[in-house]
Amino acid sequence: MPVAQNAIDFRAVGQVFATESGPLTALDAVDLSIAQHEFVAVLGPSGCGKSTLLRLTAGLMLPSEGAVSVFRQPVTRPRDDVGIVFQQATLLPWASVLDNVTFPAKHKRGRVSAMDRDRAAEVIAAVGLKGFEARLPAELSGGMQQRVGIARALFLNPDILLMDEPFSALDALTRDAMGFELLKLWQASPKTVMFITHSIPEAVLLADRVIVMSARPGRIIADIPVPLGRPRDETALRAPEVQDFAAHLRDLLIAKEAAQ
Amino acid sequence: MSAKADPDLKAVTGSLTRKAPSLPLTERLIAMPVVLPLLTFAVILVLWESATRVFAIPSFILPAPTRIIEGFSAVPPARWGAHVWATLRVALIGYLVAIVVSLPIAVGLAKSRLMSRAFYPLLVVIQSVPVVAVAPIIIVVLGTDDAPRVVITFMIAFFPLVVSMTTGLMATPPELIELSRSLRAPQYREITQIRLPYAIPYIFSGLKISVTLAVIGAVVAEFVAADVGIGFFIQFSTSMFRLPQAWAGLVVLVAMSLLLFQAVSLAQRVFFPWSLPKERR
Repeated sequence: MPVAQNAIDFRAVGQVFATESGPLTALDAVDLSIAQHEFVAVLGPSGCGKSTLLRLTAGLMLPSEGAVSVFRQPVTRPRDDVGIVFQQATLLPWASVLDNVTFPAKHKRGRVSAMDRDRAAEVIAAVGLKGFEARLPAELSGGMQQRVGIARALFLNPDILLMDEPFSALDALTRDAMGFELLKLWQASPKTVMFITHSIPEAVLLADRVIVMSARPGRIIADIPVPLGRPRDETALRAPEVQDFAAHLRDLLIAKEAAQ
Repeated sequence: MSAKADPDLKAVTGSLTRKAPSLPLTERLIAMPVVLPLLTFAVILVLWESATRVFAIPSFILPAPTRIIEGFSAVPPARWGAHVWATLRVALIGYLVAIVVSLPIAVGLAKSRLMSRAFYPLLVVIQSVPVVAVAPIIIVVLGTDDAPRVVITFMIAFFPLVVSMTTGLMATPPELIELSRSLRAPQYREITQIRLPYAIPYIFSGLKISVTLAVIGAVVAEFVAADVGIGFFIQFSTSMFRLPQAWAGLVVLVAMSLLLFQAVSLAQRVFFPWSLPKERR
């Protein structure tokens, strides 16, 4: 019996998709537990079923085999306590920053209350976009757009934050800066984070634990804690043991690819 | 201070004027989006006028622009008004009916693969029917008032609207649909708050194509059966051998189509500025 409550549990989860060229096994026998307020990075090549993992947790699809549960309840449909940040910010181009952030309220309940607007102002300030409330997405840089995407996911104050390669569309500098800001947000208001990525440095910088996956079928090939304390900064990444850890992750990914 | 009193300043301004890059003539012409096409148009009119005079082309083959203007003024403004209004009314009603009918069909096609498999081929068949050929049949079936004309206009204007709306409704990023599902929002809000606004740029390309098609539809209907309207006027003038007047009718039609097209563009610019490409906002 684990001490901390598990936020996310995968038990022998398999996912098979019917495609035109026959069934495709996206996930095979995945066992995974993520404790509450843990920051877990899921690292793997494209097509390894990372996004499937995220969508199963979100209740956007149901597993073909095994069971997915969130806070010990089987996931049968999307839950209110799970927020998603996508690879692209996918904002509404016609809506201001404020309206994009309050969109979950408008979409779910049909209206935006004064309380919703206060909450939006709070999360907009938290992601560093105070003063940009009235701007349209097209007037923002890619990094700022993704901040709005994060604010939108935080708006309903979810216990679990699912992030699907959220910074992969950004340039390298913005990407690092966003990583540090995400850590600040997470430390200020702890959440369980499942962070999908194919970047080793990003996984090492952000996560408590890295799950390494192989492609086709998607399997977990390693589940390793990151040997790095918190808070973290750029210098921490240059420590030799962190470099070794990153190299180890790289070896795992490459060895698996070579074996195929 | 005069430039003379300060040789340094003169040197500076002198070098400034020398260095100021003067755009080549073509660049300067491109920078005049209104003047340039008008200029082209004027040149064509002058060439046209001179050609008809130099080669003594009879006006029933190609009337000179001045003859067309004479033809235009020979018809009293009230008559023009009646013709324009008749055509405009049918075109607009047919256009509105096409919009109202195509929207639910597009939503059905976009939301349900079953519907799109079942009905899309049928729509293509309907589109492939030459409306000009069906027009006389429709007139016989529906009589000679506005109804058959509206139906003919509708048939011409309808298809591009359905296609553009359906394409637009399916152009929504899948992540937003996932967001909608993850919020467990009512289905209709996925349409009204996400898919429809996302389709706006597509819908407006359809609306722009269809509004000019609606004018064509109204004219086709008038060719078949009408006693008023620009289409009727052109046909009547031709049968009376008043070719300059028929040409004047044509000019009025072109002006009507252009104005309607511009009205739709303006509506998009005013109500949905975000839906335009950045450089045209």
